[in-house]
Amino acid sequence: MSESIRTMHTPNVKKNSLRQKILRPVGLGGVYLFLFIMAAIVLFPFYWMVISSLKSLAEYRLSPPTFFPKTILLSNYAEAFTTASLGRLFMNTMYVGLVSTLLSLAITIFTAFAFARLEFKGKELLFAALLATMMIPGELFTITNYSTVISFGWLNSYTVLIVPFLVSIFYIYLLRQNFLQIPNELYLAAKVDGTSDFKYLWKVMVPLSLPTLISITILKMMGAWNSYIWPRLVANDEAHRMITNGLRNAFTDTTGDVNYPVQMAAVALVSAPLFLVFVFLRKYIMSGVSRSGIKG
Amino acid sequence: MVDSKQQWKAWIYLAPAIVLLLLFTVWPIINTVSMAFLEGYSGLTKVGGETTFRLGIGNFTRVVGHPDFRQALLNTVLLCVLTVPISTVLALLIAVALNSIKPLQKALQTIFFLPYVTNSIAIGMVFAAMFNVIGSIGTRRPMIVSYGVVNDIIRFFGGNWVNWINSGSEYWANMFVMVVYIVWNALPFKILVLLGGLQSINKQYYDAAKVDSTPRWRVLTKITVPLLSPMLAYVVITGFIGGFKEYTSIAGIFGENMGPAHDAGRMNTMVGLIYDSLEKDNQGGASAAALILFGIILVVTLINLWVSKKRTHY
Repeated sequence: MSESIRTMHTPNVKKNSLRQKILRPVGLGGVYLFLFIMAAIVLFPFYWMVISSLKSLAEYRLSPPTFFPKTILLSNYAEAFTTASLGRLFMNTMYVGLVSTLLSLAITIFTAFAFARLEFKGKELLFAALLATMMIPGELFTITNYSTVISFGWLNSYTVLIVPFLVSIFYIYLLRQNFLQIPNELYLAAKVDGTSDFKYLWKVMVPLSLPTLISITILKMMGAWNSYIWPRLVANDEAHRMITNGLRNAFTDTTGDVNYPVQMAAVALVSAPLFLVFVFLRKYIMSGVSRSGIKG
Repeated sequence: MVDSKQQWKAWIYLAPAIVLLLLFTVWPIINTVSMAFLEGYSGLTKVGGETTFRLGIGNFTRVVGHPDFRQALLNTVLLCVLTVPISTVLALLIAVALNSIKPLQKALQTIFFLPYVTNSIAIGMVFAAMFNVIGSIGTRRPMIVSYGVVNDIIRFFGGNWVNWINSGSEYWANMFVMVVYIVWNALPFKILVLLGGLQSINKQYYDAAKVDSTPRWRVLTKITVPLLSPMLAYVVITGFIGGFKEYTSIAGIFGENMGPAHDAGRMNTMVGLIYDSLEKDNQGGASAAALILFGIILVVTLINLWVSKKRTHY
């Protein structure tokens, strides 16, 4: 029986395997070709940014363009740094990013702990209500928050850039899920030993959730680096300006006969820290991002 | 029974978040809805004593009747309808291709994720540079110094150059540049999610298809896409939500003008409109526009969920 099946199918299988032997490499070659073309398209803007930032203005205006600068001009970077006063912008952004990350982490840890470990009336209801607010577009909050911060006298301060965004329901949700995975027995054992809640949180739960906390830190820092709309509205003065706004303000013209090499050098300088973070902490960014869908 | 000591302690842990949420989340919901439905009321005038306001939908009719609103809505809907399908299909093809190779997979995956970690304003400026034409265009005999790298590539293949974003450019050309930029920006997240989904599909389905020598295309449409449908639904929904909130990519390419030099504000979006009203101290209008945006996002999300529930195979 089995013999006959084998013989019945042999010619067909042979034909198929022959077809596969020819088609597979061609198919695989096609797959690689497609991926290489797409990768080239994805990379092209970065390539264009870097080579343009190294050209002289005269060379940049050549048509057809050169695809590698004839003379590498690093002075564009120095000029970009001073034109956009990137140093000041960098310090402002780092300050806002670091302070808001630290405070946000503390609030997120406490809140997630309460929702994951402690018992109180209305816990489930409150958590569901919090999750529901995630559906509302941020612009709806911004309108009222704008008048709130004005009446607090917070315009043009660091506070206005930090405080309204300290609580993130998404981060609380993320960390609570992580806390829930830590077995309850550990908590009860700690209780028996007379460990306080705070000590348990600090010594056991936080270290065990470190990857999530690192993801939150990176996303929060990237958020500060990329924030644009809110700072433009409430803190667009010299002293508190954030880096993205500074970049946009320093180079208002995007079309026409602009000094693109300098502009591209500024863009490269603003993008560089993001790339460094990406290179070293890719794993955390990707795991945080795939769960959120939030940019920055 | 929960003892009262633990209750008390829980609220201490929650206190900072609750205070901030009441101030910056709960109050805005109440206040924004009130401002939208109360004519003549605003969060600012309230402080200044006497105000008269009445319940009504005047804010909504004024916003909807404004030509800027129709332009912004058209732009936003067009951007969504164009970018979400294009980026989803491209991301699916790239993810499937990535999943079917072994050597270089990690390296290519990293490259495809790169656009995610960028600043929308900064890279928007790079796209503007790539599409920008240097010279006097719009005059009878234009003198072109540089066509820009995109036009140079088109000309290399024998095509005609296009005025993409400069003064005098056409609406569809602006829209094309925006779609290219937004798709480029949207790909990484979609590829990441879809590739994750692909890697969790049971290999047995593909082995079965191999035994039956099913053609590649049928494997994609009959096995991969149905099994991937929850992830596809997820990227489509988040894509639409993101698309309706589009703003910074346009500010990146066109600057605060939100349009080419001869027609500022032409490429404005719903979010841009809300901020414009806010800066003009038209809080009622801004609130009404924000609620309309919320309504649109809610309806689109519900439709997406309804469709995906019918089509999704878990």
